[in-house]
Amino acid sequence: MENRLFVSSSPHLRENASTRKIMLDVIIALLPAVVAGIWFFGMRAALVIIVTVAAAVLTEYLMRLGLKREQTVSDLSAVVTGLLLALNLPPSIPIWIAIVGSVIAIALIKQLFGGLGQNFMNPALGARVMLVVAWAGRMTTWTDPVTDAVATATPLGALKEGTLQSFSYSELFWGNIAGCIGETSAFAILLGCAWLLARKVITWRIPVFFVGTVALLTWVLGPDGLFTGDPLYHILAGGLMLGAVFMATDYVTNPITRKGRIIFAIGCGVLTSLFRLYGNMPEGVSFAIILMNIVTPLIDRHTVPVSFGGERHVE
Amino acid sequence: MAKAKGKSFAVLTNGLIKENPVLRLVLGTCPTLAVTTMAKNAIGMGIAATFVLLGSNIVISLIRKIVPNKVRIPVFITVIAGFTTIVQMLLHAYAQDIYRELGIFIPLIVVNCIILARAEMFACKNSVGLSILDALGMGAGFTLALLIMGSIREILGAGTWFGLPLTKDIFDPAVLMILPPGGFLAFGFIIAAINKFSALKIRNKEIASGCGLNCPGCSASGSNGGDPS
Repeated sequence: MENRLFVSSSPHLRENASTRKIMLDVIIALLPAVVAGIWFFGMRAALVIIVTVAAAVLTEYLMRLGLKREQTVSDLSAVVTGLLLALNLPPSIPIWIAIVGSVIAIALIKQLFGGLGQNFMNPALGARVMLVVAWAGRMTTWTDPVTDAVATATPLGALKEGTLQSFSYSELFWGNIAGCIGETSAFAILLGCAWLLARKVITWRIPVFFVGTVALLTWVLGPDGLFTGDPLYHILAGGLMLGAVFMATDYVTNPITRKGRIIFAIGCGVLTSLFRLYGNMPEGVSFAIILMNIVTPLIDRHTVPVSFGGERHVE
Repeated sequence: MAKAKGKSFAVLTNGLIKENPVLRLVLGTCPTLAVTTMAKNAIGMGIAATFVLLGSNIVISLIRKIVPNKVRIPVFITVIAGFTTIVQMLLHAYAQDIYRELGIFIPLIVVNCIILARAEMFACKNSVGLSILDALGMGAGFTLALLIMGSIREILGAGTWFGLPLTKDIFDPAVLMILPPGGFLAFGFIIAAINKFSALKIRNKEIASGCGLNCPGCSASGSNGGDPS
């Protein structure tokens, strides 16, 4: 995937970026969340992460071999997909379901559509959504990081069922709450976010607009009438931070222009809030991002920038 | 005589793989996706549609010379609707559980495009005998496709086959497969497999004819793997 085009029109700024370098940055940014997941959920989480990544890389290798295409394992995108999928799984997930998830992500959602750059939705999230629909029970069995008790409630689950709010903001921020491996600690995800922003891998627009929309809507549409919600709880609980920083910013599946990305992020935020507040399930980040992934081509079509002195041109 | 026999055999087997209505012509996808959550339903739907197809093909072939061309479609649909009503009443009377499972999709056999397609493409141009063979072949092809879909979805999605526990105790069934997305997934993979299979066959034919190139001169003489029938 070393696509270096040396013949080009101006501007002639050169950047020595490659898929591999960007993916390496994403992996580094994911490390705090990985460490936090293993710290809170123990070796079981480590096992899930290792197996998922290994299965993703192996599937990528075999698919490229089987389809007789150029080998792309070394661009590390399969490692990123595997890591993201693992961070989106509950720590108690049976290992074979994690492997099935990796195969779905790489073989079905990525390679069958033509590989990196051609997938119409985020492979890790698509696989997660399919696993949630296929094995709803297994995918929503949460381990309590303190007592190791299986079948505890996540912060959002507790909110949905109207049980007393037993999670303090500091617990939600530092971790130590039930949930997917990667979503437990908002702090770890913020560290990764800072790295990605500093390395200019992502821009601030999608995370900020996504989280901001959710905060605004969950505050306005509170449980006891308008403006009574608890936006901070909604930001820190569940997969919102993980999704806004690592999933919604996926290069392949979000719009190209700034305006398009803002529309995309606001759409993700609106859908997430609606799913969380009025949906059947306590969490809706993955469904929201997937749905916005699907309308991305539409957003792109309607946010084509007008060239200087030119006319708006939409095919 | 031998030639006529060969032709009727070709008509009978045409619908199974080569022109399988669902997997090759991609007709009748609505019932295919909707009722194949269980192998049993798939068989029920396949037999019901085959019965309607047989009846309509016979009647349409019989009346093909007296129906004016301009009103043939309404006439065909009326005939098909008649047989569909018979099937619906029979199922209601003698196979209550299948009747309940298939629900709205029994009356919808009327608009199943396989049946109208066979009336339009075959029965209104051919003799009664050939039309019967065509109906049986196409019906069998439809049933076969539904059975493949239904089996894959039931085994993966419920861990059973025809209601008998199969893999239920070995792994948790993936409920996704008996939901609508599972239907599209299974359908896509089966069509891909069939296309791959027939592409291989064409390539083998090309190699056998000594030239793999798709030159205009060759295709004019019909030896580039094009279907001679």
